[in-house]
Amino acid sequence: MTTDNRQMWADLGIDLKRHDVLLNALGPIYKEVYLSQTNRPQGMGFFDFVVGDIHGIRVQELRQHAMNGGKVVATYCVFVPEEIVWAAGAIPVGLCAGTQFSVPLAEEILPRNTCALIKSSFGFKLGRLCPYVQTSHLIVGETTCDGKKKMFEILSQYQPVYVMEVPNKKTGLSRELWAGEVLAFKDVIEKLTGNEVNAAKLSQATKLVNERRRALRRLYDLRKVRPVPISGKDALLVTQVSFYDDVTRCTKQVTALCDELETRVAARKGVAPNNAPRILISGSPMAIPNWKLHHILETAGAVVVCEESCTGTRFFTDLVPENGGTVEKQLRDIADRYMQIHCACFTPNDERLDDIVRLAGEYQVDGVVHYNLQFCHTYANEAVKVEEVLAKKGIPLLRIETDYSDEDMGQLRTRIEAFLEMIRK
Amino acid sequence: MICAGLDVGSRTIKLVIFDDGIRDSLVLETGPNPLWRCQEILSGRSYERLVVTGYGRHLVASVLGAEVVSEIKAYAIGARHLYADCRTVIDIGGQDSKAILLSNTGGMQKFEMNDRCAAGTGKFLEVMADTLEINIRDLGDLALSTSKVVQINSLCTVFAESEVVSLIARGEESSAIALALHEAVATRIVGMLRRVGIKERVIFAGGGALNSCLCQLLGEKLGVELAVPSQPQIVGALGAALLAKQGDGQNYKVVHKSDRLHLNRKEDK
Repeated sequence: MTTDNRQMWADLGIDLKRHDVLLNALGPIYKEVYLSQTNRPQGMGFFDFVVGDIHGIRVQELRQHAMNGGKVVATYCVFVPEEIVWAAGAIPVGLCAGTQFSVPLAEEILPRNTCALIKSSFGFKLGRLCPYVQTSHLIVGETTCDGKKKMFEILSQYQPVYVMEVPNKKTGLSRELWAGEVLAFKDVIEKLTGNEVNAAKLSQATKLVNERRRALRRLYDLRKVRPVPISGKDALLVTQVSFYDDVTRCTKQVTALCDELETRVAARKGVAPNNAPRILISGSPMAIPNWKLHHILETAGAVVVCEESCTGTRFFTDLVPENGGTVEKQLRDIADRYMQIHCACFTPNDERLDDIVRLAGEYQVDGVVHYNLQFCHTYANEAVKVEEVLAKKGIPLLRIETDYSDEDMGQLRTRIEAFLEMIRK
Repeated sequence: MICAGLDVGSRTIKLVIFDDGIRDSLVLETGPNPLWRCQEILSGRSYERLVVTGYGRHLVASVLGAEVVSEIKAYAIGARHLYADCRTVIDIGGQDSKAILLSNTGGMQKFEMNDRCAAGTGKFLEVMADTLEINIRDLGDLALSTSKVVQINSLCTVFAESEVVSLIARGEESSAIALALHEAVATRIVGMLRRVGIKERVIFAGGGALNSCLCQLLGEKLGVELAVPSQPQIVGALGAALLAKQGDGQNYKVVHKSDRLHLNRKEDK
């Protein structure tokens, strides 16, 4: 298997030497952050396996699909409508871009004062470190921030890139623009795959993706319980893995995990003491293997019960209507659903503020940690309003700005511990 | 009961021994091995409980078997002990600056702390003092000796240093440059304070409070009179010692004196 993987990586043009260093680094980090946890649900075994074999079986599956003439479409953002990709018989893969490892490579070309997510994703391509990127036939970008927008232009010198325009307002005109973008995306995917996206296929794909959304919603609903039956780290990992795993398999695994968690809840069995501070994290996405903030919070005695982010509620909260209809009607439904994602790229974005307050209540949180990647101007500025709103509601807030490196672990620990001391009654 | 508070900072380690009042205190350079330094400091001293705070708290507490508290809470408690009416604490330390707002009963309400960079910390002034070839202890007085205004725009230690070099090359006097550096730090700290909200009385603690120019500039900019403890550096260690004293054996584990202090040093390596 290992030999097969090495051959596959070599065939994909991976820089094997550097890639070895990356994979060898991941093991110990995973052991420290994940396997050191006690009282984990057995259902996490699947996700442990997926991370342990992170560039193995799933890449082989995608390769097999490609060898059979199928296409692989890589994405970086929850705005890219994956239903259309599935409907055309292609496989969408959400790329990770959550490690410092690839950042220095990117900084050889991109400005240093670019957010870690952008640098990490670009570095993966530049350094030929990610077999998912290497396997993909098309990278689909979007315009959710200026840094990404310009990075995609540079990335397109290395691999085919298509960029969808996400509007910055939620007006009627903006919605029309987005509906047009979704329609155009269907044409792009049809052209790439040579397959027609018809009403039946689209409706089937919608159900498929909705099923996974429902499973994740169920998982998050279980986190509302006190004591919480799953750690924030584990729940985050489930969401992260669902970005690139097979949609049907993932739904099945998340469902099995939820069944187990339900028995835990019935037995009032939790992963943290009843009095552990319950935390909602809100802000920038956390891509694999970015577990930094969850790890600090949970080793300091708190438990993360919800993520209001693109690697959290924004990924799965809203469903696409399943009542079918013509391709045009279904595409419109899809467009409308994606416009409900309250990304900080929108102005105004008050719906996100409402979401944070609502989630804080639903998940019975003791405090909110606002997380933004350094140099992410939209989230950093929006945090000002988040702070205002939460202050009015009397919900404690800690604002954290950081990146993927470990340099600031000490400072973050101090601030987080002080925050927990403050909210612990 | 005799209790000890240890504040393991990035630049200095502070110890307070407390029973009915501060019985003993000291401030020593942290050096390259904070654990050894702490063991040296505690060796031969008797106390019944120990709480450790500061940047090195986890390292030291895990070996000494003590409880930990964040320096933010430790400073809040220490300041409140010294000034019963304290509502705002400013702490400028070696690598961190903090602004802490307390409720009228002394609980932490809000705090701000600098991000990862050294801007607005003692380290920033230390690096700049080096560039000016001036002892850090004299930097504040030097700055106060002039009224000439020059501007330092950057608060990034790296960029500010090159700005300082340019100002030197332009023939500006060290005193004017020093004043500009203090202005930059004070402006940054005032920003943090405004974010937490300022309520009197305001206590200025940490090593930064030893700097005469920072005391003056912060007072002027805030328009309030700052109270500076006679030993501003030990406020965190004092807070830790007070927590040790309050500990009922539940929140803060009882550590018997010198139990695990004399470790074989070979093991540490």
